[in-house]
Amino acid sequence: MGKYIIKRIINMIPTLLIVAIIVFLITRMIPGDPAAVMLGPQASVQEVEKLTEELGLNKPLHIQFFDYIGNLLQGDFGNSLTYNQPIADLIMDRFPNTVILAISALIIAIMIGVPAGIISATRQNSILDYTVTTISLIGVSMPVFWLGVMLVLYFSVNLGWFPSTGMGSMDEGFFTFIRHLILPSLTLATIPMSQFARITRSSMLEVVSQDYVKTARSKGVREFIVICKHAFKNAFTPLLTVMGLQISSLLGGAVLTETIFSWPGMGLLIIDAIEKRDFVVVQGTVLFIALIFVVVNLVVDILYKVVNPKINYSSNKGGTS
Amino acid sequence: MPEELLRVENLQVEFRSGLTTTKAVNGVSFTLNKKENIGIVGESGSGKSVTATSLLRLIPEPPGIISDGNIFFEEKDLLKLSKKEMRAIRGNEISMIFQDPSTSLNPVYTVGNQIIESIRTHEKISKKEAKQKAIKMLELVGIPSPEKRINMYPHEFSGGMRQRVMIAIALACNPKLLIADEPTTALDVTVQAQILDLMKNLQDEFNTAIIMITHDLGVVWETCDKVLVMYAGNVVESGTVEQIHDNPMHPYTWGLLDSQITESVNNDEPLPTIPGSPPDLSQEVRGCPFAARCPFAQDICFSKKPEMVETEDNHYVSCHFQTKDKRLDRKEQQNDRAIVKG
Repeated sequence: MGKYIIKRIINMIPTLLIVAIIVFLITRMIPGDPAAVMLGPQASVQEVEKLTEELGLNKPLHIQFFDYIGNLLQGDFGNSLTYNQPIADLIMDRFPNTVILAISALIIAIMIGVPAGIISATRQNSILDYTVTTISLIGVSMPVFWLGVMLVLYFSVNLGWFPSTGMGSMDEGFFTFIRHLILPSLTLATIPMSQFARITRSSMLEVVSQDYVKTARSKGVREFIVICKHAFKNAFTPLLTVMGLQISSLLGGAVLTETIFSWPGMGLLIIDAIEKRDFVVVQGTVLFIALIFVVVNLVVDILYKVVNPKINYSSNKGGTS
Repeated sequence: MPEELLRVENLQVEFRSGLTTTKAVNGVSFTLNKKENIGIVGESGSGKSVTATSLLRLIPEPPGIISDGNIFFEEKDLLKLSKKEMRAIRGNEISMIFQDPSTSLNPVYTVGNQIIESIRTHEKISKKEAKQKAIKMLELVGIPSPEKRINMYPHEFSGGMRQRVMIAIALACNPKLLIADEPTTALDVTVQAQILDLMKNLQDEFNTAIIMITHDLGVVWETCDKVLVMYAGNVVESGTVEQIHDNPMHPYTWGLLDSQITESVNNDEPLPTIPGSPPDLSQEVRGCPFAARCPFAQDICFSKKPEMVETEDNHYVSCHFQTKDKRLDRKEQQNDRAIVKG
């Protein structure tokens, strides 16, 4: 198991390198001269040329690339052109905000989505089941930007219960903090919640008719334990896969949700950087998001082993069956 | 006078889906005494498994429903118990073993966990004591080095070993009745014999009565005291093993007996079969359910359902014809075959 993890960590390097290459090329292909955009329409040609040289953008592409990789290897993500701050600091400023939003959305999604899926599967074809499947279908197909705006319109503008934008700091009190958090996390939770409910329902349906569930009942075990212990653990693997993907993308920053609610997270940072042609920030943040995906995938793969004892990473013969 | 353990009266089980109702079990009655073994035989779809699972009320509801009948277990009517009271019976007083040991154990928990769960559901003892008991059970069912094996997962066991684990789970709480639903069907022949031996030995130790569901008559002759022959949800013949073996009365039983593989079977000749297939149970069957496949069927067989008749002590058969003629016919048939073989 230890060997496997080390192997996987070494395998991350080429993945991240490929991401770095792609991001580097894309940022160079975006139309618009970063220097011109930064200096504004009034800047003279000389000023633009001077800045281009300062940024190193007049060098040949491969030299630029090796400079970039060289800096990365030294742990230097570069400095933002617009914020005049190291990228690492910028990310560390914004990332905790994204984490707060992602975790609260995830908690809502799991606490509601998973039980809804279980109930739906154990009462297949009941009114409750139809309700869950209908709502979750609407949930996965709901455009986030529309839902966010509607929530703001109703709960902030009409009812005035929650603030419509921004993030409350803990200094203003826990209550303010939570009030700012509720609408964005609800918006962000909708899709994962619905997806969890759907996946839980379908994999539970496959499992509840299995013989070992009947065995558990024949032992006189309570129905609640039959479902939650015997059936659910067997149904958990597909759910774990989907959860991993959702966690990665939530941690990578919720561009739409953060934009609607002006939430100062990673998503807003990226959008800002793209608009201002701050290619250094784009490179840095995308690479960071790639790192999150790779790490979460590794954690999920390790968790598979915890859920399913048949998975054997230590030998080549084992494998899943 | 043997003590009665289980009495099933006119059990009816239906599966309802949409407009069709399938009568899987249609009026099954039998009694079972303590420490006695009864075999339920019949082809696939004859209702033997449904009968057995209904005894523990484990039929999935809906679509299944026990529509009529009584199941008395030590004078308690199981069909009138609350869910909680029923749970106290399952695994404790009546246990069940299923056909395929590769799917009946939960793949994500250790076998120890699954045995201990069964023990701790019914007995208020500590985890440690339960574990000791589980190790003892594994030892009893013949699993080598049980202290180690108890921490292993089902996929680390062979098919026969898994069935041994299932038996350990089933007997862990010392039940009075063990329902074995084709316990050897999924195992290969040498392992089958071992499992049957094990069950017989453990029966003596635990004083358990067994309901053995099988389509293998060999298993019945070896392990059972009584036999119930089922066809299309009905009991067509019942009696002691000797009665059914030596003096079968129902044409369906004859068919079953004739289609056994015995030493006398001629290799050049195809094994005799019962032509046709069982009736569609979602349709109302008038008359005898076996009539359509019965070589002796007369007009009355298609119009009137035969009653259960006691032909000798405790030997019941449901057929309109109990005369010697019918048996003479059968003898003739067998002779014909013998001549052909010769």
